[in-house]
Amino acid sequence: MLAVGLNHYMVLSALVFSLGIFCMVTKRNAIGILIGVELVLNSANINLVAFSRYQTGLGDGHIVAVFVILLAAAEAAIGIAIFMNFYNTLQTIDVDRGDELRG
Amino acid sequence: MNEAVENLAFYVFAALVLFSALGVVISKNIVRSATCLLGTLGGVAALYFVLHANLLAAIQLIVYAGGTLILIVFGVMLTSKSPWVQFGASRGQIAAAALVAVLMAIGLCTLMLSADWSHSSGMLAESPKVATVGKSLLTDYLVPFEAASVLLLVVMIGAAYLARPEK
Repeated sequence: MLAVGLNHYMVLSALVFSLGIFCMVTKRNAIGILIGVELVLNSANINLVAFSRYQTGLGDGHIVAVFVILLAAAEAAIGIAIFMNFYNTLQTIDVDRGDELRG
Repeated sequence: MNEAVENLAFYVFAALVLFSALGVVISKNIVRSATCLLGTLGGVAALYFVLHANLLAAIQLIVYAGGTLILIVFGVMLTSKSPWVQFGASRGQIAAAALVAVLMAIGLCTLMLSADWSHSSGMLAESPKVATVGKSLLTDYLVPFEAASVLLLVVMIGAAYLARPEK
């Protein structure tokens, strides 16, 4: 079996990133788009931790990754609150219907 | 950890992450997407363990799998008349998006694999102790740490304000 190194993690994170982008542009459900963003942030985190392990040899990447997780949680909380209002206004969660600038 | 075990663990959990991420993308039902996301987040947490990031793996499980995912599931339940309502993009849009995603994956892979990463300053032999990470959070990274706490306060107030019931 091939020894696992930095390259393996980079390929994995590139694939997860692309899947996240695909999820973000194809889902019409607003929550689905949020799930795509979570995939993208996770792929970035995989890279941060892998570089921390194989490249710098320090734990610095871990701390940046903690902040990424924190921002992801904050983004999800605000995003869901906005989608609640969206749903209350339009009675649907389909983002294609949200094309009018009205309160 | 033994190297062979480490390699095997990487392949197992990388497969879990990839297949559940694929499930997230493919499934038309948003509830199923959210469930598949649990597999991805858990797999990433396991990969953190493989990468000697124990504290981060715990945080990933608690904050992501325990908090963010629950929030998403609640969001799904509160924003649909029936959880089985589904609407997808048209076939042409999906084809265009797939083309872009594949090109992006190939581009990113070639870019990162062709880059010169030889300036390594050594490998992390063992996981940094939780105490070390905590100390550097309160010394070297104090400003972002405090900014993060202010951000969380703002998010808490903002989310409660946005999601308040109509008067």
